[in-house]
Order: sequence, then structure tokens, then C-alpha cells
Amino acid sequence: MSRIANLLFAGVVCLIGAMFFVATSRTALREDSHATPDAVASVAQSGDVSFQSASEPAAKSDGEQEAYPTVIRKPSGPPRIELAGTDPQGRTGSVACSTCHRVRQPNLDNKTAATLDEFHQGMTFSHGSIACYSCHNPDDSDSLRLADGTLVAYQEVMTLCSQCHSKQAESFAHGAHGGMNGHWDLTRGPQMKNNCIDCHDPHAPAYPKMIVGFKPKDRFNAPLDHSHDHEGAESHDEH
Amino acid sequence: MTSTETDSTPSSKPSLPIVENFSRRAAVKAGFATLGAGAFVAAISPLRQAAKNTSAAEFMQTHYTELSTEQKADVIARLEAETKEKYGADVTIGDDRPIPGTKFVYAINLSVCNGNGKCVEACHKENNHDRDTNQSYIRVIEMPKGTMDMEQGSTTYTGVVPKDDKFYLPVQCQQCDEPPCVDVCPVKATWKEEDGIVVVDYNWCIGCRYCEAACPYHARRFNWKKPEVPAAEVNPDQSYLSNRIRPVGVVEKCTYCLHRTRRGKLPACLEACPTGARVFGNILDKDSNIRWILENKRVYILKEELGTKPAFFYYFD
Ligand code: SF4
Ligand code: SF4
Repeated sequence: MSRIANLLFAGVVCLIGAMFFVATSRTALREDSHATPDAVASVAQSGDVSFQSASEPAAKSDGEQEAYPTVIRKPSGPPRIELAGTDPQGRTGSVACSTCHRVRQPNLDNKTAATLDEFHQGMTFSHGSIACYSCHNPDDSDSLRLADGTLVAYQEVMTLCSQCHSKQAESFAHGAHGGMNGHWDLTRGPQMKNNCIDCHDPHAPAYPKMIVGFKPKDRFNAPLDHSHDHEGAESHDEH
Repeated sequence: MTSTETDSTPSSKPSLPIVENFSRRAAVKAGFATLGAGAFVAAISPLRQAAKNTSAAEFMQTHYTELSTEQKADVIARLEAETKEKYGADVTIGDDRPIPGTKFVYAINLSVCNGNGKCVEACHKENNHDRDTNQSYIRVIEMPKGTMDMEQGSTTYTGVVPKDDKFYLPVQCQQCDEPPCVDVCPVKATWKEEDGIVVVDYNWCIGCRYCEAACPYHARRFNWKKPEVPAAEVNPDQSYLSNRIRPVGVVEKCTYCLHRTRRGKLPACLEACPTGARVFGNILDKDSNIRWILENKRVYILKEELGTKPAFFYYFD
């Protein structure tokens, strides 16, 4: 009986001893790894280099790194107006601005869609008190014009916007305004950036309201009591 | 057993009662030893449970920073095979190391963020989060105007955004330069790498959740159950230290998408942001966007007074 007890006891002691030994030897190992940061760094570098060569065979490891471009998306050209009906031959299609505007007198004073009686009716215009021809070109309706009268193509619409919105243009130039995707590191790949009218409707440029979609099941900082009531009221409305 | 001896020499040998005592002590000891052994078995029974879900190789795996190149390759091959077996998905797990000369920094334009939460969803998909809980490393906090104290906000808002009297504060791991989460980890399963990213070795983490408690930004997440991701939705571009599917019972966190950013790409949440509020880059590069923002905008950091030195900035236009 006592022998068994002693054996058991010794077994437990050995186990504790072994755990202690493993713990201390691990600590020692870890200190070793801290003592040789060079080794860690060299592993890091070799890993990185092998990755680069794997994904980009083009030799870019030399000092002169050719950079990929930052591509700013552009409108494809002047807008085209979809025809509502069909012509006598039954064709639908779209027409250029100039199709109509070449034969019409521009009204330089017009500022809203409300005063139009034939076309572009019902358009929301909420962009300060500027007139249509502040930006559209009365002499060539397939292009835009700057404040000084210089013609500017629809593709270069950002030049036009930047006349007034220079703060935003400056931020845009430094990546601090406007969405982008692709690469942060231009030595490894290009970057694509939105242009002004990808996000802002030029006629009503305020950024639109959105609806929250995706929600984690997370009750972090649940609203205070009064907002609970509010939530309750909302859910009652749904029923 | 010893009683005969005791009877034969009742008075001359004082040691004899001790002999008798010895047997009693032995019995008591044996009793305690049995109890102890029983307690020990009970104590390690969770381990035996765990062992059922853990291959011997996984159990024996050493700390990430101590793995040799060949060992890493073995571990990664094993993890890829396990993902195939458990999730039915073919994935590639990379071992992306920091790019020399980079320190990653994030900035968010709070004048522009409207709280729509597309970044939250992008993170969820990119990082193979549990589909059931809609887990994500980002919380967008709806804040009353006039304070930067994130504890005053709420994440439970819904409907049309932005609301007039609110602003929106997306919070994820700030990749602190003085990370309290790293200090408290008893097994060094989490550490800060050369490019500033604070990472977790999910195979070394013991799930004690000290780091979760230590993080002032509530940036860490615990896997309460096995993450469920349908095979078709698993993002196959993975990395050991980031978005490979995490085991149950370990802590995880935002890694600035190191499987993307260490390959030169932008983080998933940035690409998904429809308002363009997010900016990412290398702060060591003088010409980077991030440097321009720090030099030209009104920049804030969260809970500055704690001295965590975040690599994450908020600015207003
Ligand atoms: S934000 Fe939290 S998880 Fe991230 S480094 Fe800082 S303390 Fe750690
Ligand atoms: S950087 Fe990546 S991991 Fe971090 S919050 Fe964004 S999507 Fe998630």
C-alpha cells in the first residue's frame, strides 16, 4: 500500500519536475531568439525576396525601381441621351448633346430645370446658384468649359470641378479624398482612383445618404435606456 | 500488519507507535496522492478533450518565431490540408514577412465617413470570419458630436446614415507602438513585427483572453466556437499570421490585412470604402499620402492619454 502511494507520489513529483524543466528550457530558447535579431531579420528578408520573385518575375530588385502608374478613372466621353421612343423605322438609340443643341439658341441665364419646357425636365439640380452654362459649353455642347472660357473635354471633368473645389482637389492629389483600389506600393502594382463624378452627381453633388447593411452580432456600447425605448417603438412599427 | 510488533514491545521502544503511525500516514498519503492524481486527471481533462481536436503535429508545433524554414513549410502544408479537410476549400497559406523599410499606418477622414459599414463587411469576407456571428475586426461607432471618447458611442445604429447629429468612428486594431495586449500575453503568442503590425500566432495562443481585456480599443476578438465559412466563400489567399481560418478558442485581431499589404496591395476595408474616407501607407516614405495628411490635416488619435502610441490616425477636413 505504502509502496504504491510512494510510487504515485513520485510520479506526480516527476511530472511537475518535467513541466518545470520544459517551461524553463522554452524560456531560454525564446531569449536566444531575442538575442539574435539579425537571424530573424535575415529570415524575414529572404522570405520577402522569394515572395517578390514568385509574384513579379520582372526584375525590380535593383535600385532604380520603375513605378506602376496611378490611374484616375475618366468618363468615357460626352454623355449620350437615350431616346425615349423609336424612330419611324422602329430603332431606338442614343444621341449626342450636339444633335439637338447645335440648332438651338443657348439660354445663358438658365439656372434650374424648372424653367425648361422641352427637355431635361424633372432633373434635380442642387449645385449652388451657378447656371447651366457655367460648366457646359454653349459653343460646343459636346464639351465643357472652364470659367475663363477655355474648352475642356468631358473626360477632363476633374479640371472643371477643381476650379472651385481646390481644397478637395489638393486632398485628392494626396490620396486624402476619394476612393481608390489596387496597390499602396507603386513599385509592386498600379493604383486606380475614382474621379469626382464617380461619387458625386455633378448636378446634385452632395454625397447621397446610405442604408446600413451588414452588422456584426455585437452589442458593444449598447445604446442607453431611452434609445432602447426608441428601438422598441421602431420594431412595433414593423409589426 | 504492524500490530504484532507493537504488541510484543509495548514500552521499551518509543519508535514503535511511530511505525504504526507510519502506516497510518502512508494510508493518508496514499489517499491524498490518489486524490491528487484524480484532481490532476480532472484538471487535464480539457487538454485530453482538446487533443481530440488536435493532431499530434499541431500539439507539438513550436512558436512561429522559432520555426525553421522547413518546419514552417511543413506547418503550412498541414494547415492547408486541414482547411481542405474541415472546410472543403483549396487555399494557399503564405508566410508574408515585413517589407524592409516599411511602417504601416492607417488614417480615416471622419468628415467623410458616413457609417455605412461597407468596411466592416469587407473585413468579414476578406478575413474568413465566422458567418454566423457576422464577426469583423472593425466596429463603426455612431458618436454624439463634440467628443472623441469612443466609450460614449454605440454600434447598434441602423437605417439611413449619416444622421444629422452624429459622426461615425470606425475602430479596429490601432497597431499600437506600445501595445498593452503584447505586454500581458503570458505565453508571448502575440507580438509586434518590424512593420508595426501586431500579430498573433493562433497555434501558440492559449485563449486566456488577457490581451482582449488589456486592449483599450476593444480590438481583439475571441473565437467562441469553430468559425463557419461555406467552402465557396472561403478567401483562398491566406497568410499564416493573418486570415487563415482560426481555430476555436484563440484570440484574433486586425492585421492591416498583412496578406495583402505585405504584397503591396491596399487593405480590403480601404478598397471597400465607398466614401474614400480611408488612407493607408508607409509612414517612413516622405512622399506618402499618409505623411501629407499628418502634416496638413487636423489629426487625432484615440485615447492618446494612455500612451499606447497608435499607428492609426483620425482626421477632419
Ligand atoms: S489596438 Fe489593442 S489589439 Fe491593437 S495593438 Fe493596441 S492594444 Fe493591441
Ligand atoms: S486592415 Fe484588413 S484585417 Fe484590418 S480591419 Fe481592415 S480588412 Fe480587417
